[in-house]
Amino acid sequence: MLKQIEGSQAVAQTVALSRPEVICAYPISPQTHIVEGLGELVKSGALAPCEFINVESEFAAMSVAIGSSAAGARTYTATASQGLLFMAEAVYNASGLGLPIVMTVANRAIGAPINIWNDHSDSMSQRDCGWIQLFAAHNQEAADLHIQAFKLAEELSMPVMVCMDGFILTHAVERVDIPAQNEVDAFLPPYEPRQVLDVNEPVSIGAMVGPEAFMEVRYLAHAKQLMALDRIPQIAAEFAERFGRTTGGLVRGYRCQDADTIVVALGSVIGTLKDTVDELRGPADDGPRIGVLGIHSFRPFPLAAVRAALEQAKRVVVLEKSFSVGLGGVVSTDVRLALSGLGLQGYTVIAGLGGRAITKASLARMLREAVADRLPPLTFLDLDERIVKRQLEREAATRRSGPIAENLLRDLGTVASKVS
Amino acid sequence: MHQPVKFYQTGTFTVGNRLLAPEQRSVQASTERSNSLNSGHRACQGCGEALGARYAVDAAMRATGNQLIAANATGCLEVFSTPYPETSWQLPWIHSLFGNAAAVGTGIAAALKVKAIKAGAEHSPVRVIAQGGDGGTTDIGFGCLSGMFERNDDVLYLCYDNEAYMNTGVQRSSATPPAARTATTMAVGAHPGAEFGQGKNLPLIAMAHEIPYVATATVADLRDLEAKVEKAMSIHGARYLHILVPCPLGWGAASHDTIRLARLARETGIFPVFEAEHGEVTAVTKIRRHVPVEEYLRPQKRFAHLFSGNGHPETIARIQADADRNIRRFKLLDEAQQEA
Repeated sequence: MLKQIEGSQAVAQTVALSRPEVICAYPISPQTHIVEGLGELVKSGALAPCEFINVESEFAAMSVAIGSSAAGARTYTATASQGLLFMAEAVYNASGLGLPIVMTVANRAIGAPINIWNDHSDSMSQRDCGWIQLFAAHNQEAADLHIQAFKLAEELSMPVMVCMDGFILTHAVERVDIPAQNEVDAFLPPYEPRQVLDVNEPVSIGAMVGPEAFMEVRYLAHAKQLMALDRIPQIAAEFAERFGRTTGGLVRGYRCQDADTIVVALGSVIGTLKDTVDELRGPADDGPRIGVLGIHSFRPFPLAAVRAALEQAKRVVVLEKSFSVGLGGVVSTDVRLALSGLGLQGYTVIAGLGGRAITKASLARMLREAVADRLPPLTFLDLDERIVKRQLEREAATRRSGPIAENLLRDLGTVASKVS
Repeated sequence: MHQPVKFYQTGTFTVGNRLLAPEQRSVQASTERSNSLNSGHRACQGCGEALGARYAVDAAMRATGNQLIAANATGCLEVFSTPYPETSWQLPWIHSLFGNAAAVGTGIAAALKVKAIKAGAEHSPVRVIAQGGDGGTTDIGFGCLSGMFERNDDVLYLCYDNEAYMNTGVQRSSATPPAARTATTMAVGAHPGAEFGQGKNLPLIAMAHEIPYVATATVADLRDLEAKVEKAMSIHGARYLHILVPCPLGWGAASHDTIRLARLARETGIFPVFEAEHGEVTAVTKIRRHVPVEEYLRPQKRFAHLFSGNGHPETIARIQADADRNIRRFKLLDEAQQEA
């Protein structure tokens, strides 16, 4: 049913349609509306039988999810930012134990400085944790991905993270088609665990593994991710067949067929990029031939699909909302691996950190530079270099310079620097 | 897969006294017991934790008709029992992390509750225990444990307290007693060993949560331990059982002294044995033969510095004062004994 609905509520409703049996969560912005919505559905009995557990921390949230999933219940949780980092030890553990937990990450920056707005630093910090990581470009996809995520997780017995941009998607009200319960039931069968804590067939889960077997056990996690590489597009296709819309999958290109410049991106910025590309190409399509490649499965990283989508281009711009301090782009590293040997010109553009708006004007300016091959290999979009320069000068000159708020505010022109 | 129960001739206390009438016998006296933690594991000789865990889990298995699932914290118990691909556990068992056994227990209980409701029952016939050492309970797992208590989740948490991080080489935990030498509280300086006035009394903290049942026990009173597990399993909600399990390696004591030391911890008043319901003490095990703390401290190398050279009589006096305080607080002595 078509609804004008907040992204978080759309996710809460589709998670509910997936019939989770245990939901546990700790509140953290901007994830809160999702679990509030689910809390209400459980408390009102609309989702019965389902246990909603208010936990004391994100570490406990993932730990409860581990117990519940191991005992054979379909299990869901959601988090963001510092919360994801706080649960990190258990995040790795859940995938190591092969537990098909589904978790929404309402993507948000990581402090310090503390910042509640959107970027991808949180889920990228868990890049290597062994979870499947799917990124939603819009709220319809965010909703649909949760139904697909349960199916994928339970088929492969591995956990899946659905990443959606905090605030930009979670708090945006837009049109979303919420499927009917019978449609979801037909797509998503009840959870049949592969390995379960059952008194009739006792097993020991989580044994101590020594050097003689640890490599093999870890390699199996990789092998399962490679299986997911096949299963993700198949599930997206099955979903499209039943629900009549394509969401999810590994990658999706936009105007890439004739493009010599392709921008690679994840999440909600894909929409802004598409608009920018349309405007740059112009109504007569006589502008620069630019396309957009949206990555929807970040882990497993679809090396072959990315290579196939990009190999006929001349240059590739990876636009990403996270970065590896001391190196550059996180996603860029993976994209470069996919393009190795092709000799394409590659650019990394870091944008939107801590919720900095990514405007069409800035994107257009950046893309014109890229098309002219004038873009530096690593660009921070809309970085105010004056502030950085002054701060570095201060740090060179004074011992206790630090990013003092007063200095920054003066540089920004927010406070008067002279006293009358 | 199933390992038959073996009996060893080790004395009536440990085999559960088969001279008694069958209904009075210990769980361990029965060849029908679950043998949940079977032999062949890699615990040290004289390990108090292995003994405590076997008695506690077997008693919980009997109380539930073998309808039991265990969550285990990282630590000696996990490491010595599950060297992959082998396991000593005969019940469904999961180890996740060091600090989350209580929360994993909560998750299992939640899953079981949903399954029970789907089957038309109020409670699941299958029950949950979570277990760990003092490090995983009083320190790193404390948040998850408090959360499990506060929500009154249907889990029995068993803490096997050997008073330090034994699995990583004997470092101080918040259950390490004052003056004890560990690898991080060495017997050097003006006040050798662990500091006085630090640490946590987790049974009292558990009581402050006003959960249905809190109890302490030692491996010197195995029938008492079994009875407390049995009682705990008759109750729904959050329950906590704190079991003193001497560690020959960490305490620097003889393997054959595990039971004796556990008994001395009780008989000195250093480790009060009691039960509490909804935040109030309901029963205590009285001291039968009151002994000075020195008798308990002397056989342990972790306290050897208190007796070498000129010794530390003032430190021993402070430990004695702590024990005496426990005796007053929990009324561990009969009035007649107190006067004597």
